Amino acid sequence: MIHIPLWKRILVVCVVTFSFLLCVPSFLNTEQRENLNSILPSWIPAEAVSLGLDLQGGSYMLLEADIPSVIKQKLEDAQVAIRTELRNEKIDLKSLLVDPEGLSIEVNHLDHKEFVRKAIRAADENLTIAEDGQKITAQYDEKARKVISDQTMSQSIEIVSRRVNESGTKEPIIQRQGENRILVQLPGINDPEHVKKLLGKTAKLTFHLVSADSESISVRSVPMRGSPSESIPLHRRPLLTGDMLVNAQPSFQEGAPVVSFKLNAAGARRFCSVTTENVGKPFAVVLDNEVITAPRINEPICGGNAVISGNFTVQESSDTAVLLRAGALPTSLTVVEERSVGPSLGSDSVKAGRTASIVAFFLICGFICMNYGLFGVFASVALLVNMAMIMALLAMIQATLTLPGIAGVILTMGMAVDANVLIFERIREEVRGGRSIMAAMDIGYDKAMASITDSNLTTLISGIILYVVGTGPIKGFAVTMAIGIVTSLFSAIMLTRLMLIIWMRVTKPKTLPL
Amino acid sequence: MRLFKYFDDSHYDFVRQRYIAFLITAIMIFGSLGLLAFKGLNLGIDFTGGIMMEVKTPDVPDLVKMRADLNALNLGDISIQEFGTPQNFLIRVPEQKGGAEAQKNAIETIKTSLNALFPDKLVEYQRSEYVGPQVGDELKRSGIIAFVLTVLGIMGYIWYRFEWQYGLAAILSLMHDTLAVVGLFSLLWMHFDLGTLAAVLLVAGYSTNDTVIVFDRIRENRRKFKKMPLRDVINLSVNQTLTRTINTSLTTLLSLIALWLFGGEVIRDFANAMIFGIVIGTYSSIYVASSALLYLPFDHDDKRDDHKGQEPVKE
Repeated sequence: MIHIPLWKRILVVCVVTFSFLLCVPSFLNTEQRENLNSILPSWIPAEAVSLGLDLQGGSYMLLEADIPSVIKQKLEDAQVAIRTELRNEKIDLKSLLVDPEGLSIEVNHLDHKEFVRKAIRAADENLTIAEDGQKITAQYDEKARKVISDQTMSQSIEIVSRRVNESGTKEPIIQRQGENRILVQLPGINDPEHVKKLLGKTAKLTFHLVSADSESISVRSVPMRGSPSESIPLHRRPLLTGDMLVNAQPSFQEGAPVVSFKLNAAGARRFCSVTTENVGKPFAVVLDNEVITAPRINEPICGGNAVISGNFTVQESSDTAVLLRAGALPTSLTVVEERSVGPSLGSDSVKAGRTASIVAFFLICGFICMNYGLFGVFASVALLVNMAMIMALLAMIQATLTLPGIAGVILTMGMAVDANVLIFERIREEVRGGRSIMAAMDIGYDKAMASITDSNLTTLISGIILYVVGTGPIKGFAVTMAIGIVTSLFSAIMLTRLMLIIWMRVTKPKTLPL
Repeated sequence: MRLFKYFDDSHYDFVRQRYIAFLITAIMIFGSLGLLAFKGLNLGIDFTGGIMMEVKTPDVPDLVKMRADLNALNLGDISIQEFGTPQNFLIRVPEQKGGAEAQKNAIETIKTSLNALFPDKLVEYQRSEYVGPQVGDELKRSGIIAFVLTVLGIMGYIWYRFEWQYGLAAILSLMHDTLAVVGLFSLLWMHFDLGTLAAVLLVAGYSTNDTVIVFDRIRENRRKFKKMPLRDVINLSVNQTLTRTINTSLTTLLSLIALWLFGGEVIRDFANAMIFGIVIGTYSSIYVASSALLYLPFDHDDKRDDHKGQEPVKE
């Protein structure tokens, strides 16, 4: 064992040096780090370990999108389109129904089926048609459903990102999770309720004419905002929809908060002609199934600029403007999981984690030095290097350090020296068995290796499973622990071996100080 | 200078003491099973779904009044637990019927009620968590999957590295350790959440870790002393590895004690579970796992020559 090839020694020295260098940025504050970054060439990664939401404070939300309602909406649209088409062809159907699976149609005459098929294809070409006698069904198959849910999800994520950015949150993380969920992480946010309110709204804006005939099937009653018992009969068909908006801003009109908006060219033309035709009639502005306001059209509104006034508070008018600017969600989102940590608790946790790490380090070093003397000192140095390597790796791969992650680091300290305990005990045993110092050390490292590998691998197995199955903070724990186990194999074995060899070369001991 | 010198040349007859150990083990195992069956676990909102808030009050509150006030809100069974200091509390509220809006309203209602207890002073809301019932079920399911995968993974590994008898004994002791930890959580009605579950999985890994050290030595000694009866080989091996079994556990315990003392309240349940698991794991690798080997059929001696060094043993 006295011969460690030169390249290995160089490797050890390099790894140790780089580890210490790479964890420097994590101990600097933001300003110092930026200064450092401006001095260093850009290819040197001077990144700090990034802290999880539980350490810096912030909010974690899991939103679930209502995909079935999107599918239902699409089927209903298709139903209307098919009905209109067949009416034009003067074909009467026995029935045309929507169920969660799809459309089911029954024809009166078998020779109508060709028309029905054509109408279905014209309405939505993604529908799969099946026939059985006088019955025809049209459904979305697995693939079509996946396309719909993928589209819905990417649109939702886009809208959520816009809303979060509009609300002024710094460095949010927004990503799809699983089939129908969106993960939103908002670091350093003080008022998750406000963001949650913004995200919970679909923000579907429509303008409708008010109808006098509340019995007609083309009319439905929509409740007033603020007084749900009161409702107004509106034509189902909107005059205008929110996707024709190009901008919306909160402003004031006669001292009251309002939302002013600007329509795109097509929207402006449409609005102009509709308001011209209907001067004197009331119309309604509907947001998320609530009538915000139902004023009378006093004069044609052309030019594409208008305001919505509706008893807003200042906050409400600015929120509504944000929602209108960001656009409507394709479907509603529900919060299915939420975890928020205040910034003070977060920084308390960082302090607690730091204290616990330092105390753990000294306790362990004290223990092994008392037990293994000088060898224990070597192991302590290796442990310090191990800490630096963990920090450096975390910063390098930009993994997120969570509170359980700190626990993982602390636990790794206890386990990293296990390898040294095994090696030193084995050496001691071999010396007692009458071997020379050299041979004892050789065999000690050699024989202990099997136990070390076995024990680290079993712990690594549970770590990897935690990573795969676990969520959020638990994943953070698994990452630090897995990193710690791998780095400890280097520091506790390679590094201590190198230190021992150098020490033996220098002092040429007759007995081991074990 | 060194501690535990007395272990260097120990000749404890662990195998003879196995009956006492088996009795203790039987009590722990059946006790844990009974507790789990009849008392169950104090599952956190991670698994049950619901709302949890960590609150810091400006003064030490009148707990009786606080409890009465919150329970008068008609939000179901609200639990209030002191958390670290007499001014920090964990408040747990069951899932409210009526979707996200209802949860938000429940939180607001509680905040209003607490604020009213401390007029003109600031109640700090340090942490709030909401887990929907569906997510709770999913977390529960993935927790069980994680546990089963861990057991299978470790079993597979030991199987590959050792003969099957060792694998079986290691799994027995792993089950023993994790069951005891879970049983203790039931007995003391401690809070069982995701963090605790992670600890239990780690206990599984670490317990095997300890056991493997002893098994490695048993295997080595079985090759070295071919004539020695299994019973004596086990005793010799456990004694030879006693210092390292205890020292490795102690180093890990030291780090956990630091975590328990200084790591803050949030991490304490995790530390509790780990500390207990490591103590039990050390006991079981000395007494239970090795002695269990005695009852498993080993092919006698003829096989011992076939394997050299640390090569994996194939049956």
